[in-house]
Amino acid sequence: MSENCSPAAAESVSDDPQSQRPWMQREACCATYEPCLQVRDLAIAYAGKPALRNVTFDIPRGCITAIVGPSGCGKSSFLSSLNRLSDLTDGCRVSGSVRIEGQEIVGAEIDLIALRRQVGMIFQKPNPFPLSIRENLTFPLKHHGMSDRQAREAAVENVLRRVGLWEEVKDRLDAPALGLSGGQQQRLCLARALVLSPKVLLLDEPCSALDPLASAVVEDLIASLRGDYTVVIVTHNLAQARRIADNVAMFWLVDGAGTVVEHGRAASVFEAPANPITAAYIAGARG
Amino acid sequence: MADRIATVFMWGVALLISAVFAWIVGDLLLQGLPHLSWGFLSATPTDAGRAGGILPILVSTLLILAVCMVVAIPLGLGTAVLLSEFGRRNPLFGRLVRYSLDVLAGVPSIVFGLFGNAFFSLYLGMGFSILSGGLTLACMVLPLLIRSSETALRAVPDDYRRAAAALGLPVFATLWRILLPAATPGLIAGLVLGIGRALAETAALLFTSGYVDRMPGSLLDSGRSLSIHIYDLAMNVPGGESNAYASAVVLIMLLLIINALTFRAADRWLHQRITAV
Amino acid sequence: MSPSRTDLPLLWTLRALAALAGAITLLIVAFLILEAWPALQTPGLSHFLTDASWFPASTTPQFNLIPMVAGTLAATLGAMLLATPLGIAAALFSRFYAPPAIASWFRRLLELLAGIPSVVYGFWGLVVLTPLIRQWAPPGQSLLAAILILSLMILPTIALLSETALRSIPRAYLQGAAALGLSRWATIRGVALPAAHCGIMSSILLAAGRAIGETMAVLMVAGNIVKVPDSLFAPVRTLTANIALELGYALDGHRAALFVSGLILLALIVLLVSMSDWIMRDDPGTAPEALTQAQVPQHG
Repeated sequence: MSENCSPAAAESVSDDPQSQRPWMQREACCATYEPCLQVRDLAIAYAGKPALRNVTFDIPRGCITAIVGPSGCGKSSFLSSLNRLSDLTDGCRVSGSVRIEGQEIVGAEIDLIALRRQVGMIFQKPNPFPLSIRENLTFPLKHHGMSDRQAREAAVENVLRRVGLWEEVKDRLDAPALGLSGGQQQRLCLARALVLSPKVLLLDEPCSALDPLASAVVEDLIASLRGDYTVVIVTHNLAQARRIADNVAMFWLVDGAGTVVEHGRAASVFEAPANPITAAYIAGARG
Repeated sequence: MADRIATVFMWGVALLISAVFAWIVGDLLLQGLPHLSWGFLSATPTDAGRAGGILPILVSTLLILAVCMVVAIPLGLGTAVLLSEFGRRNPLFGRLVRYSLDVLAGVPSIVFGLFGNAFFSLYLGMGFSILSGGLTLACMVLPLLIRSSETALRAVPDDYRRAAAALGLPVFATLWRILLPAATPGLIAGLVLGIGRALAETAALLFTSGYVDRMPGSLLDSGRSLSIHIYDLAMNVPGGESNAYASAVVLIMLLLIINALTFRAADRWLHQRITAV
Repeated sequence: MSPSRTDLPLLWTLRALAALAGAITLLIVAFLILEAWPALQTPGLSHFLTDASWFPASTTPQFNLIPMVAGTLAATLGAMLLATPLGIAAALFSRFYAPPAIASWFRRLLELLAGIPSVVYGFWGLVVLTPLIRQWAPPGQSLLAAILILSLMILPTIALLSETALRSIPRAYLQGAAALGLSRWATIRGVALPAAHCGIMSSILLAAGRAIGETMAVLMVAGNIVKVPDSLFAPVRTLTANIALELGYALDGHRAALFVSGLILLALIVLLVSMSDWIMRDDPGTAPEALTQAQVPQHG
């Protein structure tokens, strides 16, 4: 039903490089509020010590969902369980259920490579590979089976245009990516995630290591992803969440482990929080 | 008062060490350089090494080094990758390997000689040969290579590993394109240490690669390393002193050149990788 | 990293390589025992201590290793006595006394000293040091020469490792001492040395291991007479030199006896390495990670 919303980024990008989708359509995409991710009774423990439990909520397709809450309440752990990056952490155990487009990803034998191709991730600190700008994008493409060189070059240009980096770097695609500024590096990382045409994008405080100007550019970029991708963003910056989020989940520490105390449309969570903790947190952060 | 005495003592010790160093190096250069010439490097030894040059000895030395590195590098790098990248998947196996390598690192070189003689030369039937000597040295430098490679790989930021994993890239591709290149300066530094140790080694070669100072015809021929040449000229050949001096200068120069070259290469490589062009 | 299915061949290759690398130690121990076995059965271990002398190749072989053990212990202890204070002093000099530029040159010099091959030390000792000692008290090739050369060889080890241990002392300790108005020497004695003593002890043990295992340099300057030394100027033979001198022509029981001495050496080294590991494990401040992290020069 909302197949037109669940994004095939490369296509939409090649159709329309500037991505000037009408607002109406974006609103419409998010307005349908179809769940893309269904999280049920998710719990995460490190070496037996619970970090997160009883997390149950839906993440709507094509929307930007902000995960907010104080430090240490399991927001980043939650995010890394959505693409199974939690597997990299020693003694990390994830239980419960997460379905992406109906497909269970917790436990069992799942194809991690296919999962991570569908679910892209951006980290707090920009982490381009120590390769050239071009190679940062072609390296993942090659290993996901795009063997045609011209197709790769086209994808590189498309995705760099999509993140607004093309004009800045088109003359030095073979220069080291680590020579870019912090904001450019983060946009390159976003391009690197987009080039694989994921359905879901996980952003772990993507602006917090950037200066205010670069942060604003990246934030606008994230806002422009609405409708094309299902975006889940962890942020400490409530003002940012208010600006870009359609949907909010509030994490809080309860009995020593994080959990979701409130979730829903951004407007309702921010303007009329049902939970007193949320109300206090938002008021505190505001004051 | 005690403070003043301590200060004088520390400076005295530092001067003493520097003076002894200057004495050793000065003596070697003073006595060795006059005998050093192109002819010395390109001629075969005659009269048990008293006269002539060291060409076959240089060739044997480099062949032994080559055998050693051809075996030790893949073994060392593979083990280091396993310990640093997959170590926690099987902690017990990793711990056993690491403990075994710690012990191996402390084994005296003459004991490696005993082992090499018993295992490679006799049990595997290689006899006194460049192959046997090189393999013995490979066992010896292995712990050094593994530890330095593991340190170099661990120093690569985890950011790259997470980025690659989040993109669904296979570990092998990540290693080959990202992690190993990023660790290259450290890997090269470890390699230089290993080459230095192998070039300097004598005791482990006495009973594995042997004494023969002819030009080796194959890897199964006995070949005399530069270090053994110095030992033999000094101890067993009356009147071999001046050529021993010259050989010692060559050995030290070789060590210094390899050191300088590889570090220069690593520097340049690093510079290219990190800075914008 | 979590390997995917396509990575499994790689993972198993790496495991095989690591298993091979780890097995070398076992292989060494196995072959030493295998070769030493005949001598451990007849004459048996006690003969190595109680026989009248070392005549391993005669028709009634004698296997007394005591002179060689004594030679090794005397040379090692002597070198430790000499090199430990000098090495620690060199570390203190580079860390607390030298101006930064001199300190970095001095460290480089120590690294160069550490990199000189042992056969070159032996050669220099043979042609320069032993004639000097001969003028004083013949024959020149002696326990004293062995001690001096060994000291020279292990001094950089002690100095460099101790310096690293001193460097990893939390700066707050030293600032605290300075705030109390302690003199430099009082700070070193009261704060720096106690704080770094685990790292320094460990460096001394590692250096002792190196001294025990050293072969060529000692072989070339010690004279190699099989006799318990009665003075500093007496020639001695160490366990390592004994192997190097005799393996070339040793047969049967003689050869097995040499492998027994190899086993003894191996056991000594394993003991020292384990002690050093154990000391460092008790001391989180100078754990290897801390040692490698503390590379930034911080003077004063």
